[in-house]
Amino acid sequence: MTRDFLHAVASLAVLCTVVPGVIALNVVSSTADQTAATDVQQPAHERSVALFLDAARVIESPRCMNCHPATRSPTQGEAMRLHTPPIDAGSEGHGPLGLNCNTCHGSENVSTIGIDIASIPGHPHWMLAPASMSWQGKTPGEICRQIKDLTRNGGRTLEQIHEHMAKDSLVGWAWNPGDGREPAPGSQEAFGILVGEWIATGAACPEG
Amino acid sequence: MLYNLQVNGAVHQADVDGGTPVLWVLRDILGLTGTKFGCGIAMCGACTVHVDGEARRSCVTPIDFVGGAEIRTIETLGEGKVGSALQQAWRELDVVQCGYCQPGQLMSAAALLAANVQPTDADIDAVMSGNICRCGTYGRIRAGIKRAAQILASAGEVAK
Ligand code: FES
Ligand code: FES
Repeated sequence: MTRDFLHAVASLAVLCTVVPGVIALNVVSSTADQTAATDVQQPAHERSVALFLDAARVIESPRCMNCHPATRSPTQGEAMRLHTPPIDAGSEGHGPLGLNCNTCHGSENVSTIGIDIASIPGHPHWMLAPASMSWQGKTPGEICRQIKDLTRNGGRTLEQIHEHMAKDSLVGWAWNPGDGREPAPGSQEAFGILVGEWIATGAACPEG
Repeated sequence: MLYNLQVNGAVHQADVDGGTPVLWVLRDILGLTGTKFGCGIAMCGACTVHVDGEARRSCVTPIDFVGGAEIRTIETLGEGKVGSALQQAWRELDVVQCGYCQPGQLMSAAALLAANVQPTDADIDAVMSGNICRCGTYGRIRAGIKRAAQILASAGEVAK
């Protein structure tokens, strides 16, 4: 993906902007607003930070955070309580030998007969995020710097980060989380546009 | 839809909806009632079977996901070296109380030993935490797994 494309995507996001920080998660359905013009005049750094903070609404949703925990054990549910059964995902992120994630998590979501747990989430690549990508307990600024840090982001360039956020179907699971789970805000398409715009405006991170 | 399933070394046919959990195909269609129902939400481990040698909670595994994979259930676990060592250990240590959870416990224990021939207490706890026992036989289960590992080691067996 070229920077030109990211700029084109950015323009689309800006057109849909209402107020910085409260934008493009509704980008596909939101109506253009006369305040978009003032946003364009915003200093790029400030806009970039605002874009990241908006994207952070997705990043900080339980659908993402539960598999980016502070420890090697996933959390679950809206309250992000400790996963049941207790699991140590290990360095590889697939669970202990003899009880890997696939023991319960299949290649797609499976509805159950349960009420509290209405479905078991699934995806062909179901696994815990690596320890270097632990997000729980961190501020948006800390997560932002972590996402850009090649030593902690799996060696991804900004372009690859955009590709991952916008296209990876495991990330996309957050908007298709199965019965009984609140999807992440917006859509993966809107999230991808936000991340693209954030990168195109300098990938600035919030303070703190 | 008609499925040809590999179960315990033989081909079985089941004409069921693709979303039917493997548990109910085993119990209601094939009459293999050794695999138990406990929760239906992957929380208790009572329904554990092996799919291509790996532990699977059959209550949350639709038959459509299985394809041509080999399913093994408690009914034939004892035919393998690991299963037979586990049976011997379970008898020696009188592990079972009411017995309801034990098919699932044994299937999980066998998956553990197949992947890790000399598990530590921590290894055992990490894997067996997914199997609940209302009678609280956890201490004996852990001892049983260690005893089975000993039996396999003394017979010079690589767990398989
Ligand atoms: S019945 Fe399948 S895990 Fe409880
Ligand atoms: S032996 Fe009774 S539930 Fe485990």
